Amino acid sequence: MSPRETDDVSGVETTGHEWDGIRELDNPLPRWWLWTWYLCIAVAIVYWVLMPAWPGLHGYTHGLLHMSDRAQVVRDLDALKTQRSAEGARLKNLSLEQIEADPKLQAYALAVGQSIFGDNCATCHGAGGTGGKGYPNLRDDVWLWGGTPEDIQHTIQVGIRSDNPQARASQMPAFGRDQLLPAEQINDLTEYVVALSHRPANAGAVGRAAPVFQANCAICHGPEGKGDQTKGAPNLTDADWLYGSARADIHGQIWNGRGGVMPTWEKRFDPETIKALAVYIHANAAGQ
Amino acid sequence: MTTVIDRTRTPEPEGSGPVSAAARARKKATPGGGLYQPRAPIYPKLVRGTWRNIKWALLILTLGIYYVTPWIRWDRPGGLPDQAVLVDFTGRRFYFFFIQLWPQEVYFLTGLLVMAALALFLVTALFGRLWCGYTCPQTVWTDLYIYVERAFEGDRNARMKLDAQPWSFNKAWRKIGKHAVWLGIAFGTGGAWIFYFHDAPTLIRTFWVGKAEMTAYVSCAVLTGTTYVFAGWMREQVCTYMCPWPRIQGAMLDFNSLQVTYRKDRGEPRGPHKKGQDWTGRGDCIDCNACVVACPMGIDIRDGSQLECINCGLCIDACDEIMIRIDRPKGLIAYDTDYAVAARMQGEKAVYKPVRSRTIYYGVALAIVSGVMIWGFAQRKVIDLHVLRDRNPTFVRLHDGAIRDGYTLKISNRGFETRTFDVHVSGVPHAQLKTPGEAATQGDLFVTVEPNETRAVRVFVTGRADDENEDNLPAIFTLTSGDLTVQAKSTFLSGAANHDPRD
Repeated sequence: MSPRETDDVSGVETTGHEWDGIRELDNPLPRWWLWTWYLCIAVAIVYWVLMPAWPGLHGYTHGLLHMSDRAQVVRDLDALKTQRSAEGARLKNLSLEQIEADPKLQAYALAVGQSIFGDNCATCHGAGGTGGKGYPNLRDDVWLWGGTPEDIQHTIQVGIRSDNPQARASQMPAFGRDQLLPAEQINDLTEYVVALSHRPANAGAVGRAAPVFQANCAICHGPEGKGDQTKGAPNLTDADWLYGSARADIHGQIWNGRGGVMPTWEKRFDPETIKALAVYIHANAAGQ
Repeated sequence: MTTVIDRTRTPEPEGSGPVSAAARARKKATPGGGLYQPRAPIYPKLVRGTWRNIKWALLILTLGIYYVTPWIRWDRPGGLPDQAVLVDFTGRRFYFFFIQLWPQEVYFLTGLLVMAALALFLVTALFGRLWCGYTCPQTVWTDLYIYVERAFEGDRNARMKLDAQPWSFNKAWRKIGKHAVWLGIAFGTGGAWIFYFHDAPTLIRTFWVGKAEMTAYVSCAVLTGTTYVFAGWMREQVCTYMCPWPRIQGAMLDFNSLQVTYRKDRGEPRGPHKKGQDWTGRGDCIDCNACVVACPMGIDIRDGSQLECINCGLCIDACDEIMIRIDRPKGLIAYDTDYAVAARMQGEKAVYKPVRSRTIYYGVALAIVSGVMIWGFAQRKVIDLHVLRDRNPTFVRLHDGAIRDGYTLKISNRGFETRTFDVHVSGVPHAQLKTPGEAATQGDLFVTVEPNETRAVRVFVTGRADDENEDNLPAIFTLTSGDLTVQAKSTFLSGAANHDPRD
């Protein structure tokens, strides 16, 4: 060890390091710094003992507290389930009307329904539930399969034209594509449907199409074109059009007979959730 | 008239006898040695007199208020807490006797704090730092701690002697006893604090069996620690180094503020006095240091008004006792103004001027803020309404062309009884109202809200298709319950501009 040198001015030993004539003083670390450092070491040792810390060949040291984020998540989810169980049981046992009549339970169902709707239904029906072309508007008073809470609940359960054996199913024939009707008759029928919804139409075409409508369309849409909710047949006399109200839209629908698919949700959600969703949709709709 | 006030410190007297702690600390600090000046311990001597008695009375009063308040009961209906003063963080409510405040009304608290600040300014401008000397928790608890210290270790001289002694059984039991009682008081302080945030009779049970909230234990521990450290160990250092008020007070005080003042016009030239000696040609101050040894802040009041002085008046009592003994008039140290001292030195009459531009400003500001607060409080309603119009969809067109808008009404009932509200909408002709679970109506809706609750109610307003006006309409929601009415404005969007041109 080389002899230690002492700085004349401060009387402190130097480290022996020198840069351009400047020598580094060997001052001790500040006490507070040193004690903080010791404290950190002590805390680290306590941490190793209590918490998972060291990796091993087969797993890791679990620590005395057996802390695990995964287990914590499971516990939290269980706690949430327990917390919701009381409300969930009431949702299960009460009828939809009873749920709507109870302000507290209704508020709970609306909150659950809103969250479920946003995650699952909004994809097609829109965040506000107003739908779009081919996707029904759930906020208005026009319902293809019925707008009572029970109807809505059933539709969510089984879906429409889904793979559920009980699915609400109906199929409008593709009168043009499948050559069930000649093209001129489809043109006439288009005028007839326009006239049904109280808009000006070609009187001659309407006259020619009347018997065709009664023979081909009335079985589902009714003799007056007012639709039938048991068959999911739309009312043709109102201002609401799933695939558009323009002549070209109506013509295209008669020609192609489009029908959308809504999945069945009973495999994914428990009955309480579907009930909450039905309450939410019914509460926000100008339905029946 | 120009008044010259001499604020230069008199030189430190050399020689034996007690010297102020600050002076000892100054001496102890060697130049260039060490970053911090060590604290010189202060051993305040017990004094008896008017101000000391006032301080004892205020100590009992303020501590009494602090400890008793959470235990006052106040009957409230239903499941609401019956604690008169309760800050319920979990339920987000502040209960104070007959009222309850919700978080959105926190401006009442803000206003109260502004009023307290202005009142403090005014009092300081008039009478100096009375808050610091008599009612500040730091002062009150320190006073209590010194009382305990005195009970175990005796008065000033005994304490100094004890500290200078080597460790012995006598020293050990006195020190241990003192710290044990200090910790007990500290725990009592922290323990009382948490009662303001939970139902006191419940908490006092759950606390001891380990079933109280973690926040209760943590708050209690933190306050126990701060009380013990601040009142037991740090004392005057909290006031001098940590508290901003001594700095701010410089802007509040002026030469006309009443402060604890050494009347040097009467006291100087000071010096020792033998019994029977003549008083002519000398001041009344006999340099006995009674004022210095009594000071809990460790200063010499004869140096003039200074940052450390908390205006507590203990030196007045100490000096008066001496003045009686040497048969001189009391009040060599007294609540007085710098102006008066200077005036007397010039041989003029000293006049106390409480009305000055400064006190007028503070007084007017205090009056304005108090007026606004009282007006605001008188206008306060126990019910509240907010209307949130649906953003998506903005409106819905029904099969017959009618327009339907959705709103969420947030109805708050800050009262103590259940209220039924009559919801009326005006501005939309022939409006039909609907809320989930109720039939649609052309008239008003009725909504019941439990006490102490906010209820969100969905309300749909349907405007008739044959209304002439297709533009957006104002929708005014009026809530009536008994003699209370609240109103909120919103808009009925008809979507006139969104008409599909193909229709």
